[in-house]
Amino acid sequence: MIKISNLHASINGKEILKGLNLEVKAGEIHAIMGPNGAGKSTLASVLAGREEYEITEGSVDFDGQDLLELSTEDRAREGLFLAFQYPIEIPGVSNINFLRTSLNEIRDYKGEEQISAKDFLAKVKEKSALVELDSKLASRSVNEGFSGGEKKRNEIFQMAMLEPKLAILDETDSGLDIDALRIVANGVNKLKSDKNATIVITHYQRLLDYIIPDFVHVLYDGRIVKSGTKELALELEEKGYDWIKAEVEAH
Amino acid sequence: MGYTENELAKDLENQEYKFGFVTDIESDKAPNGLNEDIIRFISAKKNEPEWLLDHRLKAFATWKTMTEPSWAHVHYTKPNMQEICFYSAPKQTKKYESWDDVDPEMKETMKKLGISMEEQKRLTGVAVDFVMDSVSVATSFKSKLNELGIIFCSFSEAVQEHPELVRKHMGTVVPTSDNYYAALNSAVFTDGSFCYIPKGVRCPMELSTYFRINEGGTGQFERTLVVADEGSYVSYLEGCTAPQRDENQLHAAVVELIALENAEIKYSTVQNWYPGNKEGIGGIFNFVTKRGICERNAKISWTQVETGSAVTWKYPSCILKGDNSVGEFYSVAVTNNYQQADTGTKMIHLGKNTKSTIISKGISAGKSQNSYRGLVQIHKNATNARNFSQCDSLLMSDECGAHTFPYIECKNSSAKIEHEATTSKIGEDQIFYCQQRGIHIEKAISLIVNGYCKEVLNQLPMEFAVEAQKLLEISLEGSVG
Ligand SMILES: Nc1ncnc2c1ncn2[C@@H]1O[C@H](COP(=O)(O)OP(=O)(O)O)[C@@H](O)[C@H]1O
Ligand SMILES: [Mg+2]
Repeated sequence: MIKISNLHASINGKEILKGLNLEVKAGEIHAIMGPNGAGKSTLASVLAGREEYEITEGSVDFDGQDLLELSTEDRAREGLFLAFQYPIEIPGVSNINFLRTSLNEIRDYKGEEQISAKDFLAKVKEKSALVELDSKLASRSVNEGFSGGEKKRNEIFQMAMLEPKLAILDETDSGLDIDALRIVANGVNKLKSDKNATIVITHYQRLLDYIIPDFVHVLYDGRIVKSGTKELALELEEKGYDWIKAEVEAH
Repeated sequence: MGYTENELAKDLENQEYKFGFVTDIESDKAPNGLNEDIIRFISAKKNEPEWLLDHRLKAFATWKTMTEPSWAHVHYTKPNMQEICFYSAPKQTKKYESWDDVDPEMKETMKKLGISMEEQKRLTGVAVDFVMDSVSVATSFKSKLNELGIIFCSFSEAVQEHPELVRKHMGTVVPTSDNYYAALNSAVFTDGSFCYIPKGVRCPMELSTYFRINEGGTGQFERTLVVADEGSYVSYLEGCTAPQRDENQLHAAVVELIALENAEIKYSTVQNWYPGNKEGIGGIFNFVTKRGICERNAKISWTQVETGSAVTWKYPSCILKGDNSVGEFYSVAVTNNYQQADTGTKMIHLGKNTKSTIISKGISAGKSQNSYRGLVQIHKNATNARNFSQCDSLLMSDECGAHTFPYIECKNSSAKIEHEATTSKIGEDQIFYCQQRGIHIEKAISLIVNGYCKEVLNQLPMEFAVEAQKLLEISLEGSVG
């Protein structure tokens, strides 16, 4: 699905990603954990195609394509989805209008017909039920005046609508109470198939009680320094990140 | 790859004027320049009654004593009145009975304007009075309006057919001495539209006029007068687009609205005069005086979407004379490249319990300058007057400017006046968010801008709103490959 090799990226002349390697196969869920400032959001932004970052070295293969050569919107149209850590508000643009535009742009790119109003509304109904999103929120302006939890749920709702190949969830769990957490996790689990993959960026292991990852990676100082299974997450929860730091510095 | 703000700004500067084309119809022109003889020529051409010629000559005498105003936040070379042609009319003298009789070349023009025959036929419910240059050449839906006693015709026709109505109301809202350009218009106006809605009649369709400047160097001096008699209602649409030009063209219109007791007038404008090229050469100078007066319980709403002109100077205003009268102003003004706009409104509260609402959305791109200038005036006797103003500015580049000049004069302590203002830059985050959802940059901008203008666009009649959205998109479109 995606293969990241020796990725180096910097912003304002400061190197943030320092030779990152990661491979995710179809059907897998990977968790990326790491302390604040490690570069987790940077990785997500670089993959999504945020312009501010300069890629100085490395390559990313996305389903046989050179991801770094694709424009931001084409990456999305090829099936890369980012659930934002801080979802953006767009006043005056209804969630519905936004999603329909998005869906139709993706369809257009694939040479498919525009979705009919009827099919679209049916889909909205189905997918908003999946994340238990109040149907009123669907017609409100994109994220405007949404609570923190509603914004996060809205991201998962959009993901459900767009059915991406690869979804990257950037701290979608932070700021969620336990019920919201369960709902979001439930949404992700239901959308899981052997054709798509998910990268879950998180700070806490508690999300991983609900979304069971196939692999857990530790991102530290711009690199994946340790990989393992769910047990690694529990170990991190117990010991914190200091032992990782000690281990890295010992090398 | 995606876009940075600077690249985006550059692309916005490169957009070409989409409606640039010239129709080749021989004109019947007056010699350039302005003097009493020219005014007599115009009046004679139009076969006007004596009182109207006198009105013109008086206005001309007043105008000669005035100087061009310079308080607006705009800079331009003042037009040389002796180089302007003040009258030009298409050759045909015959009026068209139906759209089918219209000159094919004119039809072509209308097609480019997006008001093709086919579309017109489908758009039942919209009567169009098409003004090419200074003479109205086609009017439709007349009989339907006739049945209700509604008069909707060119200004010249109204002078011939309904002189008493014109004489009674013309100049009562905008006196000839009001300002430099209103005085000029009063002296040399060539044509425009006239509308009268009788007592208690609700006009069943939107009345729509397309204005157009067609002759190089022809000054355009439109005159519009809308009278809504007691308890009547009308929604009036004015839209325009002009061919690409090199020399500056002066446009100084006067619009007067009269809403008698319990009447309501909704006046919507989509303005798209040629703004000049991306170096700031050419383009229309648009100096407009628009004002309405409300008697008791009457309401006037101005809605405007302004995307064109090199220089715009325009303040649709309401005189809230009668008790309980209501004035509204909803505006979107887009400036790009070297465009300059100084626009806003005046709400003059004279009556008790009068209410006004001002929603202004400015969008500046390129090196343009966009100013809001508003006056809310509460007079001594205007007990319980209320005003709410909201003025937002959206900046698309680092080189453009947005300015707000809100003036408040309050002489009655029971008044409630609220003013809100914001300035924001179009968010890179918002654009990135859209792009991450597969939305192309131009569509993303159009989506964000339309969202920002929603409160104003919502005020427009449906088919006009669609056109306005298209115009916003074109105005801010970059040449993204
Ligand atoms: N615009 C910027 N200029 C300079 N440094 C930045 C910028 N944005 C983020 N950083 C730095 O990049 C590092 C990684 O940030 P981030 O990817 O957000 O970390 P995480 O998501 O793992 O908490 C941090 O040290 C942060 O301060
Ligand atoms: Mg982060």
